[in-house]
Amino acid sequence: MALLEVRDLQVHFPIRGGLFGRTQGFVKAVDGVSLSIEPGQTYGLVGESGSGKTTTGRAVIGLNAITSGSVLFNGQELTAARNRSAARRDMQMIFQDPYSSLNPKKRVLDIIAEPLRNYESLSHKEEKFRAAELLERVGLSPESLYKYPHQFSGGQRQRIGIARAIALKPKLIIADEPVSALDVSVQAQVLNFLQDIQQELGLTYLFISHDLGIIRHMCDKIGIMYRGRHVEQGTTEDIFERPRHIYTKRLLSAIPDVDPRRRERLSAFRASVNAEYENGYADYFDEAGLAYALRPVSDTHLAALPERS
Amino acid sequence: MKKSLLKIERLTTSFRIGDDYYAAVDDVSLTVNRGEVLAIVGESGSGKSALAFSVMGLHAHARIDGRIYYKGEDLIGMPAAKLNKLRGSEIGMIFQDPLSALNPLMTVGEQIEESLLLHRNGISRAQRRNAAIELLNKVGIPSPERTAAQYPHELSGGMRQRIVIAIAIANQPSLLIADEPTTALDVTIQLQILDLIKALKNDMDAGVILITHDLGVVAEMADRVAVMYAGQIVEIADIFTLTSNPKHPYTRSLLQSIPNSAESGSRLHTIQGIVPSLKHLPRRGCRFQSRIPWIEASEHESEPELHEIEPGHFVRCTCHLRFRFPDSASDAGLPPSADAYSINGEEFRYGTS
Amino acid sequence: MWKTIVRRIFVMIPQIFFLSLLVFLLAKAMPGDALTGSIDPNIDPAAIEAQRERLGLNNPWFIQYWDWIKNAVTGDLGQSFRFKMPVTQLIGERMMNTVWLSVATLILTYVIAVPLGIISGRYNDTWSDRLITGYTYLGFAAPLFIFALLMLWVFGFQLGWFPTEGSVAPGSAAGTFAYAMSKIYHLLLPSLSMALITTVSTVQYLRSEIIDTKQKDFVLTARAKGASESRIYNRHILRNSLLPIAAFFGYEITGLIGGTVFIENIFSYPGMGQLFISSISIRDFSVVTSLVLLFGIASIVGALLSDMILSAVDPRIRIK
Repeated sequence: MALLEVRDLQVHFPIRGGLFGRTQGFVKAVDGVSLSIEPGQTYGLVGESGSGKTTTGRAVIGLNAITSGSVLFNGQELTAARNRSAARRDMQMIFQDPYSSLNPKKRVLDIIAEPLRNYESLSHKEEKFRAAELLERVGLSPESLYKYPHQFSGGQRQRIGIARAIALKPKLIIADEPVSALDVSVQAQVLNFLQDIQQELGLTYLFISHDLGIIRHMCDKIGIMYRGRHVEQGTTEDIFERPRHIYTKRLLSAIPDVDPRRRERLSAFRASVNAEYENGYADYFDEAGLAYALRPVSDTHLAALPERS
Repeated sequence: MKKSLLKIERLTTSFRIGDDYYAAVDDVSLTVNRGEVLAIVGESGSGKSALAFSVMGLHAHARIDGRIYYKGEDLIGMPAAKLNKLRGSEIGMIFQDPLSALNPLMTVGEQIEESLLLHRNGISRAQRRNAAIELLNKVGIPSPERTAAQYPHELSGGMRQRIVIAIAIANQPSLLIADEPTTALDVTIQLQILDLIKALKNDMDAGVILITHDLGVVAEMADRVAVMYAGQIVEIADIFTLTSNPKHPYTRSLLQSIPNSAESGSRLHTIQGIVPSLKHLPRRGCRFQSRIPWIEASEHESEPELHEIEPGHFVRCTCHLRFRFPDSASDAGLPPSADAYSINGEEFRYGTS
Repeated sequence: MWKTIVRRIFVMIPQIFFLSLLVFLLAKAMPGDALTGSIDPNIDPAAIEAQRERLGLNNPWFIQYWDWIKNAVTGDLGQSFRFKMPVTQLIGERMMNTVWLSVATLILTYVIAVPLGIISGRYNDTWSDRLITGYTYLGFAAPLFIFALLMLWVFGFQLGWFPTEGSVAPGSAAGTFAYAMSKIYHLLLPSLSMALITTVSTVQYLRSEIIDTKQKDFVLTARAKGASESRIYNRHILRNSLLPIAAFFGYEITGLIGGTVFIENIFSYPGMGQLFISSISIRDFSVVTSLVLLFGIASIVGALLSDMILSAVDPRIRIK
């Protein structure tokens, strides 16, 4: 059974206007997204800014109100209020910006112990012990407990954020662009570390990123989003080796290549993909410029292809 | 050989912390030729942006030593009025964050026109307006007349970056300095902006200094690459040499840490320790020594210098000679070609994005 | 933008209603009433009671409030017990004096604040900046009423450069040039005294805005364009820094109200502030409540004015 199952998720934000600020319409930030993640797996949600990937993650964990659709966690419906608080404990989030996601006025001890204080009643001594243990697990020394966030580098802060997220031994972690703000070498440390704790703690990840290189490295399954909808979904091999949707192809071809010897070939190739995109746009998107519903291409692979193809 | 456009000699840019000055750019020498893209790569704290700002004279409170010759004239110590004649006309700069780089209270048209007004004597208002619209057209803005009257916050990130570029190229500069020009943008937009910079460079036969942390962008754009670590250049080579035969341990480590293995779950290479802060930089010996502790101290030079190991390929320190990764055989610059993706039957290798 | 303003005005209506209710209840909560102080203690208490009954002072508070507000809307704010004339007329006479005093103070405030703020912000950490910030600290620390007394004593009484009371020289005929000059002459010392103190927050605000704007990226862009320092300040930094100052203008009015109460009393300047204090001391409630209501409305209108100015000058807000 899937640990997380999202069915036809819709998140709409009202547009207010007019004399009395009445709702005049909606932005469909997430417009019918479905996905499921098996325990211990990593699902990558990819898209450009405004694609709705972050809103999807935030809606799953309850930071954005769900307009319609259902979110099943361990088979339990999260949109029903009574199930939410229990599931809240098993679901944690890691944020993009390690500089603003930690309260600068709190000590590391208080930051890490906060979820413990919310859910477990521990004595001060136990609490300190647990926090020190968590810090060690993320590779920071126990002396760090009494320091403040500004005394750490970006990579270390992200580790503190991870320590906070794993404090309650959650089952699912939603990682929203966890390494985008970090340097390449630090990024590698954090990604390795995320994989290590996934193994050790049996974690399941919903990994949100715009970086296809990182997504490919980290994920078992991938969903590509465009304007609130999935355009393609499948295993990492499906997406990277057999992309079907024109949008996915265009996105993949835009990734910079680390081999300068392929420049010419690549630019010719990009031109051909771009031409395919321009010519095929009307076929792949409806009149409103939105993707069609996903249709199966193989057992694991879905793409938003038009009816007639 | 082309005549060098910009020649930086022994540039040291120091900032004051407390009572002492600390060098963020330490004894850097470089040349940029016309029609060439020189990429300066490094992580945060490497001094790459401080270097670009020094060339533009944008540091307000820094101590700058050394020489920066632009077409034979030294920019350092040049009187402000004379420097202002060069900035924005001969040398253009593209900034990282296109939203904050634009004045929120001026229309984008006004901001482009300002560049023209400052450097083209006696240009009329109508000429300025037409030239601004022509520039908007040149950087690929779909409806230039309408856009010229808009304010920065009304435009998307990609459009804003095009405006920033239009300002930089308004007077056909010979040297273009681009400081992380695509970091704030999505991949597809990044590609468009990089293509635009390339096209403009060819058009104007300009030299380009591209500051970036992204090795993928470097591989797409650069002719030559200078890798910076902790304020110093540790390796310079042409792009093909640098990716196929990198020498300095830092360059090799960086190339290894890009997520590019086809097998998900495999471990990325990491560099031990952290980049030392400006105040705690080791001022003697090899600055990378603490990050590769398994290499014996005797392998490093006591005063590491740049050695020309083959024509045009410079590497600092001697530690590269017997450097090896601690974990295994994984070596050489680029990852094995299994890490490709394929679209429509064509295979491609990817880097970072 | 018009929609925003109309919406704001709609929001003002309940604000003013609650304000009037609050003012009324506070006035009622004060010990005594209009008859307490001004009546000969030898009068028969029954007669006083009858008078109370006649004036409606024994009615439940909401009836009294309703009567009051009903009349207020039609422009009848009741009678002043002390001056034996309609409050509207009484305030009307004083209001123009206070308006002139406020306008003069506002002008002087900005005449002082803008150059000082610019110098201090542009050349921060120089001696001129230290001198100016020193002055602002003094201004923050010095209470307005002490400073105003000092000014009055030095320039009014000791040196005799300025008149020490009133709003115009007695005997001058309204409408003549001499009358206008006399008005201005009487305004100078009180408004300058107030401006010198109230301007310090604007100086500080402008200074920190300029220091902040100096570090913005678009200033680097301007520098990279080859713009001269003076152009950078005049075209880029100043406009962006003055924006919040302009928006603060409306709130400045609110601050002035408190100031005029002190200043008018110290300089015996016949304005609303002076009337306010003297009415409180003799419990002339109909005047006090009317004035508090007016001051409150001025504050609310000031806030509205701030929003309107901001939306007029900032394109980021104007568009919405």
